Amino acid sequence: MLSWLPENVSSYGSDMDSLLRLILYIVGVWFVLAEVVLIGLLVVYRKKPGKRAAWVPGSNLKQLSWVLLPCVVILGLDLAIEAAGAPVWHTIKQTLPDPDLTVRVSGKQFAWDFTHPGEDGQLDTDDDIKSEFDLYVPVDSVVQFELVSEDVIHSFWLPHLRLKQDVVPGRSIKGWFEVTKEGIYPIACAELCGIGHTTMGARLHVQSLEEHRIWVQSQEPLDEFWEE
Amino acid sequence: MEPSFLRKYVFSVDHKMIAKQYMITGLVMAVLGGYLAYVFRVQLAWPGESVPGFGPVGENVYNALVTMHGTIMVFWVAMPILLAGFGNLLIPLMIGTDDMAFPRLNMVSYWTFLVSSLLLVASFMVPGGAAAMGWTFYPPLSARAEFTGVIWGGHLWILAVALEFASMLMGGINFLTTVVNRRAPGLTMFRLPLMIWMLISASVLFMFSVGPLIAGAFMLLLDRTVGTGFFMPEAGGDPLLFQHLFWFFGHPEVYVILLPGLGVVTEVLPVSSRKTIFGYRAIVYSTIVAGLLSFVVWAHHQFISGINPNLALPFSITTILISVPFAVFLFCCIATLWRGSIRFTTAMLFAIAVIAEFLLGGVTGIVNGSAAADIYMHDTYFVVAHFHYTLFQAVILAMFGGIYHWFPKMFGRMMNEGLGLAHFGLTIVFFNLTFLPQFALGFRGHHRRIANPESFDWLADMQGLNVLSTIGSIGLLLAQIPFVINFFHSMFAGKQAGRNPWQATTLEWITPSPPGHGNFEEAPVVYRGPYVYSPPDSEKDWRPQHLPAGLEGTETAP
Amino acid sequence: MSNHAQPLPAKITTGVPTGRLGIWWFLAGETVIFGGLIVCYVLLRLHHPEWAEHAAHTSWIVGGINTLVLLTSSLTMVQAFKAVTEGKTQRAVGLLGVTWLLGLAFLVIKVFEYTHEIHGGYTILANLFWSFYYLMTGLHALHIIGGLVAIAVVMVRARKGKDLQRVEYVGLYWHLVDVVWIFLYPLLYIAS
Repeated sequence: MLSWLPENVSSYGSDMDSLLRLILYIVGVWFVLAEVVLIGLLVVYRKKPGKRAAWVPGSNLKQLSWVLLPCVVILGLDLAIEAAGAPVWHTIKQTLPDPDLTVRVSGKQFAWDFTHPGEDGQLDTDDDIKSEFDLYVPVDSVVQFELVSEDVIHSFWLPHLRLKQDVVPGRSIKGWFEVTKEGIYPIACAELCGIGHTTMGARLHVQSLEEHRIWVQSQEPLDEFWEE
Repeated sequence: MEPSFLRKYVFSVDHKMIAKQYMITGLVMAVLGGYLAYVFRVQLAWPGESVPGFGPVGENVYNALVTMHGTIMVFWVAMPILLAGFGNLLIPLMIGTDDMAFPRLNMVSYWTFLVSSLLLVASFMVPGGAAAMGWTFYPPLSARAEFTGVIWGGHLWILAVALEFASMLMGGINFLTTVVNRRAPGLTMFRLPLMIWMLISASVLFMFSVGPLIAGAFMLLLDRTVGTGFFMPEAGGDPLLFQHLFWFFGHPEVYVILLPGLGVVTEVLPVSSRKTIFGYRAIVYSTIVAGLLSFVVWAHHQFISGINPNLALPFSITTILISVPFAVFLFCCIATLWRGSIRFTTAMLFAIAVIAEFLLGGVTGIVNGSAAADIYMHDTYFVVAHFHYTLFQAVILAMFGGIYHWFPKMFGRMMNEGLGLAHFGLTIVFFNLTFLPQFALGFRGHHRRIANPESFDWLADMQGLNVLSTIGSIGLLLAQIPFVINFFHSMFAGKQAGRNPWQATTLEWITPSPPGHGNFEEAPVVYRGPYVYSPPDSEKDWRPQHLPAGLEGTETAP
Repeated sequence: MSNHAQPLPAKITTGVPTGRLGIWWFLAGETVIFGGLIVCYVLLRLHHPEWAEHAAHTSWIVGGINTLVLLTSSLTMVQAFKAVTEGKTQRAVGLLGVTWLLGLAFLVIKVFEYTHEIHGGYTILANLFWSFYYLMTGLHALHIIGGLVAIAVVMVRARKGKDLQRVEYVGLYWHLVDVVWIFLYPLLYIAS
């Protein structure tokens, strides 16, 4: 199962993958056990001439313990899964480490608009770099994003980063990621947003620090762009 | 005096006829829902190709197909067949009474349901097409027609769903009052067949969860038609409010459609293994606990929706805890088989399959229930596979199990076991072929509600699994042919069934097959619990509920 | 395993008449509907303190009069039920009639109230507070209309001395409609 996961290039991706592996093993064992018992009982206790069913109502604790004890174990494993998942959730959704870069991601029917800070490193200044479809970030850097929507609910989905966050109009939702490997990775929209949902996507370009710096410098700030 | 044709078949107040009306309507809608799935699955496997029997599938058409498939299956197949259909058929019969407490209200509830079905089908034919916002209908997409181009299709969807809710609420009043106030003498609550417990639990869950969504439906309808802004941020409203209203209902709702199916399993298992159900009270209590818990898990559908992240852990914990009462339930069913003497009738095969397949649905629910894991899995095909591995069994397999089991009572004839075996085998094979690949697709990150997977490079090498899944779905639909043949042929030419072909202990098997108006020739009295099979103090391997102590051997034989 | 014979009542019931049980279940469902709507309003209101200013334009006097009208109608409804228990059928029918007229008065006052508000520019689209106001009072008014139909049906049967138990049932429904208004009045008219 886990082999189908796309390559992980996110700083918290391995935590996510480990969690998935843990849960799959735990539930996998239970699933196989339950099926084996089920099928085994069906085979062993199929109707046989001369053999009669027993009377086992499961009305006293001794008999019920055969069901209740496994369920106590399941309860314990459930809580263990929660304990394993809580730090992963905390890292991805409940913390905002100091960013090396802040970008604004705006979802609309049917494209992603990205606003990068210009050379001043600040968003919402004159030298911001806007692009549709392509998001540029440096590798091994904490990127904080602000998600906004122009119209309906979208969802910012980067499978290689193990990151997904719904984009809700009327809200500015913050999150973060750090990519550990250079390359180009897909961004999709994971919430039905209308007729163009099927193809709504974008690209994440992860560059070396030097390449990113050059890219920022080479971009035309918006006010100069409009002057031409 | 023999009632007129209209009175007997159309405007009937008899619970058995109303049950059949619900089931037939539900089965017709199931054909429609299945056809919609066929169309969009073919589109997914071979994007852009014209779908045989439909035509080309544009993006908005695709969105409408998946929306209406989900809507129809939950509200117009699961609810009428499992809850209203089996409920109406079995409640009066299993509690030993002649009809529901309010027969005319019962009739009104069916007609309301039929009108709701007609409204929904009409929504396909209006300009702008049928609703295309997902069965979850989230605003703002659903609150303003200009976001989708769907106008009347959306209005009719809301009206149809509202009427369906009204119909089921009316039915619920009947179910609850009848079970509480019309039981045969001696039939205490803990001597009720578990199917009855499941039906009334489902009715209570529905009644207490649907209210806020009805409020939300009014708000959404006003947003769509009049232009209010209940869910529009620029007016001060909140899109997330609708999600809370929807899922506060939506989660208990999946248990509403699950419990009757589990009830079918608890009826078929003891009869077919000639062994009393294991842990009757444990099953009742765990059902009640699961029902109560179902009211505090709803935001697990919204972990990454923009709600406060601090809410995720509490909802994740409650969600994962729900696995415990269901585990109790399933393990009790499995324990029922231990030291039984199992006959593999078609009904039993389906009942076993419900358990075997539901187990996979249940364990994959744990994956989704962990908030962190859900960051990845939300809105991918993993979720789609999870809910089909739970709902398909609880609704479709259980429905078949119930039909094969109670067909002899409803129609006085036996169904053909050979055709039943074929139907069973093909359904199981093709169901798994359809949905197992979707777990893998989910792991790859294949997101939901997209018409063309090939527009994403990173999904390209998985397209073969989409094709496999589609082939499975086509096979699954074709696998129903033996059932259709069996159903209609047996109705007219099946072997005579007699009153109690399964030698079952519950009260419905006392009546003639089919039962006449009023059901019981004499009012039954109950002396024991519902599953006395192979009692140690008797040579016979069953003792019906209605026989006084010491009387054996006078039960009707096939 | 229990197959001991024991003396049994003629029928297992809760002792509560089925009609009353049915009405209680129906009212429980209605409570969840209105309860859900009211909770939504309260949550959004807490989030939007500026609604206090909008709410100042509802007339607490007109709303207060309507509250008195509805409370009185609940009183006459209770007296109608009491008359049924005492066997005074015609008195019960008369009191049901008074209840009906008071319900009608509520609706008439409401019509004037809505007309005045709409002319003042406070339409359902004015802002989200007014959207809630019209939705909540409108849904409530629909339930009053339904109640008037039900009371009329019960009155017609009761005049012939039939189905007198329904006076209690329609009374229970009417009390729910009253209770909902008891919540709406302070929330929409008084709170600021």
